[in-house]
Amino acid sequence: MKRIIFYTNQFFGQIGGEDKASIPPRIEDGAVGTANLFKDKVEGEIVATIICGDNYYAENIEECREFISREVERLRPDLVIAGPAFNAGRFGIACGDVCSFVNDKYGIDTITGMYIENPAVEIYKSNTYIVETGNSAASMRKAVPRMAALANKILRKEEIGLPEEEGYIPKGIRVNVFHEKTGAERALDMLVKKLKGEEYRTEIPIPVYDKVEAARPIKDLKKAKIALLTSGGLVPYGNPDHLPAATAKFYKKYPIKDIDRFAEGSYESVHAGYDPVYANENPNRILPLDLFKELEKKGEIGSLYEFYFVTTGNSTSVADATRMGMEIAEELKEAGVDGAIMTST
Amino acid sequence: MELELRKIYIKDIVFDEKTHVDSGVLYINREEISKLILEDERLSEVSIDIAKPGDSIRIIPVKDVIEPRAKLKGEAFPGIDGVLDEVGRGITYALKGCAVVTTGPIVGFQEGIIDMSGPLAEYTPFSKLNNLVLSIKKKENVSPHEHEEAVRVAGIKAAHYIAKQCLESEFDESETFVWNDLSVKLAEYPDLPKVAYVYQCIAQGLLHDTYFYGRDAKEMIPTLVNPLEIMDGALVSGNCVSAGSKTTTYHHQNNAVIRECFKRHGKEINFIGVVLSPMTTVLNDKYRNSIITSRIVEMLGADGVIQSQEGFGNPTTDLMMICKKLENKGIKTVLISNEDAGVDGKSEPLPDGTVEADAIVSTGNSNANLHIPKMDKVLGDLDALEHITGGFEGSRQEDGSLIVEIHGIMGSHNLQGFSKLGAVTK
Repeated sequence: MKRIIFYTNQFFGQIGGEDKASIPPRIEDGAVGTANLFKDKVEGEIVATIICGDNYYAENIEECREFISREVERLRPDLVIAGPAFNAGRFGIACGDVCSFVNDKYGIDTITGMYIENPAVEIYKSNTYIVETGNSAASMRKAVPRMAALANKILRKEEIGLPEEEGYIPKGIRVNVFHEKTGAERALDMLVKKLKGEEYRTEIPIPVYDKVEAARPIKDLKKAKIALLTSGGLVPYGNPDHLPAATAKFYKKYPIKDIDRFAEGSYESVHAGYDPVYANENPNRILPLDLFKELEKKGEIGSLYEFYFVTTGNSTSVADATRMGMEIAEELKEAGVDGAIMTST
Repeated sequence: MELELRKIYIKDIVFDEKTHVDSGVLYINREEISKLILEDERLSEVSIDIAKPGDSIRIIPVKDVIEPRAKLKGEAFPGIDGVLDEVGRGITYALKGCAVVTTGPIVGFQEGIIDMSGPLAEYTPFSKLNNLVLSIKKKENVSPHEHEEAVRVAGIKAAHYIAKQCLESEFDESETFVWNDLSVKLAEYPDLPKVAYVYQCIAQGLLHDTYFYGRDAKEMIPTLVNPLEIMDGALVSGNCVSAGSKTTTYHHQNNAVIRECFKRHGKEINFIGVVLSPMTTVLNDKYRNSIITSRIVEMLGADGVIQSQEGFGNPTTDLMMICKKLENKGIKTVLISNEDAGVDGKSEPLPDGTVEADAIVSTGNSNANLHIPKMDKVLGDLDALEHITGGFEGSRQEDGSLIVEIHGIMGSHNLQGFSKLGAVTK
C-alpha cells in the first residue's frame, strides 16, 4: 500500500479558526479533517496528518520545514497531499511551501489545490502540482475528486498529461513531445484557421520580458572604474575552464591587470555562434582591451577593473542569462565598479 | 514552369564494382567516389562507410546531409557542382530513402550527431535513411574557410555523381510540380487565400552560411525564388553548427513548408510565392532585409504567410522584425521556431518577441537533455563531442554513454517544420 502524508491548517484540521492560526505544527496518525474526504478516494493509506497554524507557518518557515523533514524521514511517504487552500493566501503559501520543499529535498511527489488567483500559485506552480479549485471551501466537493484523481495517477506512476486534461495549473515547464503532425503541417493548419478568422492556438505564447531600467550616466568618467564583459566566448588559449561553445550555464573571469592587449595565440574564441577566425587573429576585436588600456593610460577613464568577465552567449536560456547577469552585477557592485562595457557577438 | 520529380526508393546500399541502382539497391563503387572527392587538392583522405537504419552506429560530427539528385538534361546543384544554369524545370531524379552524409575532423566548433539506432534515432530524420558516410580529412595548412568549402562541395559532388549514374534506371514514382506566373495563379483560384512563404536562411560566416546558385547568401538581399529550383539544389547548406535548428541541404531539397503548401494549393490556399530572406549578424541588414522581405510579400498581394527560421538567438530578431512588419501590413503570419527553455524547461522560451507574433509553431525545446547509450561503431570523430552544442564537459559517462542536448542532434527540430517534435507547457 502506498503511503501518503496529508498537510492542512488549523481550520481544516478541525482545531479552530483564526484564533488558532498561531499553533505550531503537530502530527496525528491517520486522516484528520479534510483528509477524511480523500481517504476512500486515494489508492494509498493516509498514514498521518500534519496540522499547522497559517500564521505560524508563515512566520516560522524554517522551523516548520524541519518539522516536516523529520516526519517525512520517519514515515517515508510516496506522496504528500496539501490543502486544498482555495483562495486563502497564507494557507496557500503553506501548502505551496510544504509541497515544493518536500519535492525538492526528497524527490517525493506532492500535490495541492488552489484557486487560480491565489498569490501562492505564481510562486509554487512550477514546483508541484496545483489542481485548480474554486475560490472557497464551497467548492470542496468538486476539488476533492479532481485532486484524488491526479494523486492516483501520480501514485500509479502513470505519465501525467497536459494541464487541461488533468486539471492542474500549468507548471510553466516546456516539455518536448512528438506530435502526430509535422511542424509544417501544423503551421499550415494554423494559418488556414487564422485566415478564416477561426480560433487557433499558438504553441509558444509570446513572453513578457523584464524591463531593465538603465543606470544613471556616470558623472565623471575620469574617476570611474570601468569593467569589461563579453558574451563572445573569449578565453585564455586552450580554454582551461571548459567554457562551452553554446548553451553555457556559467561565466568566468580572467585577470587583465598585467596585459595591455589580448595577444593572438594567447586568447581564443570558443563561441560556436559566429565565425571565430577573425576573433582569433585579433581577440581585441571581441573585447577592446587594447583601447581601454590606452584610455586608462591617458586618464580618460579612472581605472579598468582588473578582471574581465566572459560567457558564451549562444542558445543560452533567458533564465540562465538572467541569473548570470545578476551574479556578475553583484560582484561588480562589491568591487566598486562604476560602469561596464559588455560586448556581444 | 514544370518539374517532374522521378523518385527511386532505395532500400539498401551495397559496395560494388559499378555505381548504379537496381531493384531498390544502390550499388556504390567506393574507389570511384573516393577519387572524385580527392580531385580537390585541399583534401588528403576520405573513408567511405554505409550506415543503415537500426545499425549500432554513431556519426559525429556531421557536416551536411544531401539527397542524391540529378537532372535528365542539364545539371542540379548549380554553382556548386553543376554548371551555372537555371534549374527548376524538366526532369529530376531523386534517390529517396538514402543520403550522402559528410563528416570528419571538425572544421570549427560543434557539429551534429546522428545515431542509427537507440533513443537518439527518434529525434533525427536521418536515422531512417540508408546513408553513405564520407569521413573527409583535409591537408595541412588548409584554412578553416577552405576546409569548410572543400567538405561542403565534396558532399554535393558525391550526391550529384551517384544520382547521375541512376538516370537510365527505372523509377518507382513520379510527381509533377507546376509553378505558374502570378497572373495565372490569381485567375486559377480567385477565391482562395493567397499564401506566400518567407524562407529565412542563415548567412553569418564560417559554418553559418547558405549558398544560392553558389552565391554566398551574406551578399544577397531578399529575393523572390521559384520553389522548384530549390528542389533542384539551388540552395545548398554550409551550415551545421547547433545542428538541431539548422537546415541541411537535404532539408532544403525536401523543404517541408514548400511540400505542405503544394499539398494544399488549390484546395485550402493559393500558393503564390516564396521569398528567400538571409539572416546576417549586422543590425542594419536585419532592418533592411525585413523591409525588403515584407515589401515583396506585400507586392505579391499575399493574405497570409508562413515564415520559417533557421538557427536561434539573433535570427529570432529577424523572425520577429519580419513578422511585425507583415502583420502591420495586414498579412496574417504564422512562424515556426524552436525554443531554448532551459534544461528544466522553466525559462522563457524565446530570446526575442513581438506582440504581433501571435501564431507560432514550436519545434521543441533545444535545451532538453537526452541520455544516449554507447554505439558499437563511431564514424567521424568522437573527440568532437565537447565542441558540439549540447555536448559539454562531463557529457561522456563512465559506461561510454553520453548526455547531449537536443540541440546537438542533426535536424532534431528543423525550423521548416520537417519533423514532429514540439514543446508543450505542462
